[in-house]
Amino acid sequence: MALKSSPVLFGWLTRLSRRNFSTSKALAAKPVAVRDALNQAIDEEMEKDEKVFIMGEEVALYDGAYKVTRGLWKKYGDKRVIDTPITEAGFAGIAVGAAFAGLKPICEFMTFNFSMQAIDHVINSAAKTFYMSAGKVPVPVVFRGPNGAAAGVAAQHSQCFAAWYSHCPGLKVLMPYSSEDAKGLMKAAIRDPDPVVVLENEMLYGVPFPMSDEALSPDFVLPIGKAKIERPGDHITVVCAGKAIDTALEAATTLAGNHGIECEIINLRSIRPLDFQAIARSISKTHHLITVEQGWPQSGIGAEICARVMESSAFFELDAPAWRVTGADVPMPYATTLEAHALPRAQDVVAAATAVLGNKISAASSQ
Amino acid sequence: MATPSSTRSTVGTGSLFALGSASGGAIAGGMCSARQEAVAVGMQTAMRNIDSVITAYRCHGWTYLMGVNMLGVLAELTGRGSGCSRGKGGSMHLYARNFYGGNGIVGAQVPLGVGVAFAHKYRGDGGVCFALYGDGAANQGQLFEVYNMAKLWDLPCVFVCENNGYGMGTSVDRSSASTDYYSRGDYVPGLWVDGMDALATREATRFAIDYCTSGKGPLLMEMETYRYSGHSMSDPGTSYRTREEVQEVRQTRDPITSFKEKIINQELVTPDQLKEIDARIRKEVDEATKLSKTDPEIGVEELSADIYCNNLEDSIRGTHPGAPLKHIQVAVRN
Repeated sequence: MALKSSPVLFGWLTRLSRRNFSTSKALAAKPVAVRDALNQAIDEEMEKDEKVFIMGEEVALYDGAYKVTRGLWKKYGDKRVIDTPITEAGFAGIAVGAAFAGLKPICEFMTFNFSMQAIDHVINSAAKTFYMSAGKVPVPVVFRGPNGAAAGVAAQHSQCFAAWYSHCPGLKVLMPYSSEDAKGLMKAAIRDPDPVVVLENEMLYGVPFPMSDEALSPDFVLPIGKAKIERPGDHITVVCAGKAIDTALEAATTLAGNHGIECEIINLRSIRPLDFQAIARSISKTHHLITVEQGWPQSGIGAEICARVMESSAFFELDAPAWRVTGADVPMPYATTLEAHALPRAQDVVAAATAVLGNKISAASSQ
Repeated sequence: MATPSSTRSTVGTGSLFALGSASGGAIAGGMCSARQEAVAVGMQTAMRNIDSVITAYRCHGWTYLMGVNMLGVLAELTGRGSGCSRGKGGSMHLYARNFYGGNGIVGAQVPLGVGVAFAHKYRGDGGVCFALYGDGAANQGQLFEVYNMAKLWDLPCVFVCENNGYGMGTSVDRSSASTDYYSRGDYVPGLWVDGMDALATREATRFAIDYCTSGKGPLLMEMETYRYSGHSMSDPGTSYRTREEVQEVRQTRDPITSFKEKIINQELVTPDQLKEIDARIRKEVDEATKLSKTDPEIGVEELSADIYCNNLEDSIRGTHPGAPLKHIQVAVRN
């Protein structure tokens, strides 16, 4: 399944479609794993722009701790694919400084958990400098890596930074779900002149998603700040991003089959800017809202969405209070059973959707 | 000799005047660099057009030396529209061509400077980046992280430790297990430089540029200097040191007095010429100071200007939903 670079992939797909005597998108669409889509995006942008380079722990000789940078060191060499020591504050600062000086660094955090060592450079150095310099110093840096809970790695290695980073003006924060998201958003992030945080997910890296001819093209890029309707539906709006979309889709299948409830699943793609218009449009159709995220509830993404609904005319469209489905308000435990209960499951989404739709909220939430 | 001496005098007098007015409460707050000027002036004289600088919050003299005029600096201290960051950055956040601040987080500028040096090497433009920090920041962990990477990758970076004896009110002996700051880069070679002598700092900088551009990697320079004033506007600078100590430095090591004597003794300049330079600069500073206090602040519409280089937000939230702001672009884009 490993597809080392886009020319290989592209040639392979072209041959495939020739063999099948078909040029239709449906037939050409081939499953591509998220890590390979990210690899394509980085490869294509490095090929296109000499100023783009990638640095981080194990990105070069090891091919990336999660193989996202596979083959890039062989292709671009030491100058542009740079293994760093395990010193996040130092190399994140170096990446930001290189961006000050006009390069386009991609700074990989092996996981975003370690970005906390470097959060001063992400926020104080990267996010604020354009404003503080009255626009004299743009900071075109990308911070990327796996974010959120993996499996069996306990509290220090399992948390979501969407709320942390999206809190800060000056940053753009993206959270891809599928391979198409991953490729299109990563390319947009690299091309963007502002600092962008791309929150990937370890559990999704190996998952294959079909990619269209269009998405496989080196010209493919997604707009930052636009959500995607992942599944249309009339009864309840389910807003989510990244790995939580899997949970929501699974719940939507159950709800449609067992309850006749059609969920409209909004894949945010971008946490900041947040496409609130897409959410409001959907609410005006479904009149019900739940949010799903893996992060903690307090001051989370769901909290932000609910606050925006409260503050806007979308509030009047709601027929019931909105609910958040979130990670439990506890540090991540190690034990498998506890871990499973700390994260939102499809059954939690089903329960929340039926509660909101069934006007059962007063009973369910009375404590 | 005329140009460096007049520049030196300008920065010296400028800082003094700004400081003088500031301690009287006339100019808004900041961290002044009075009597650490020999470091910046000497260094800048040796620097080439391609070289770059990043420093901490004691950045006013550097900003002037890197090409921002006096009003641009002073009006930034007062938070007015003619300030080089339009009053949005303030005392600690001034920028110019090849000058990346002005940074308010102690030590954070050093990795950033190594990043700028990385860019010099990446582009192969032959430039060197000078990353300055104080004796207080010298104990920050991130410095040791980037000494390592700068040497590992042989980046053209000169680490410059301005040792003024005090990190806020804590003397070097009370903060540092070793006060030989020039030696603390371990595998990064270090020089000790008399930071009160503009000629010494100039020659050291020349040496550093030669060293770094020959591909040998980074260098560390400790520049021993002294801070006459307190740490900031709110520190009279008297509780942690004696008045006598300050007085003694003033009398024996003052960088401006000693440089004046040197150039007069060498008959490079007459006392009258110096007086003339002083008077001219005094006038220039007076005028800039006056303007920096009468200059208007930027309009409130700029509260939401240039948050993003490529803004994608429909509207910027103000203090409540009924007071939305509009993102505007004021900065000239290249």
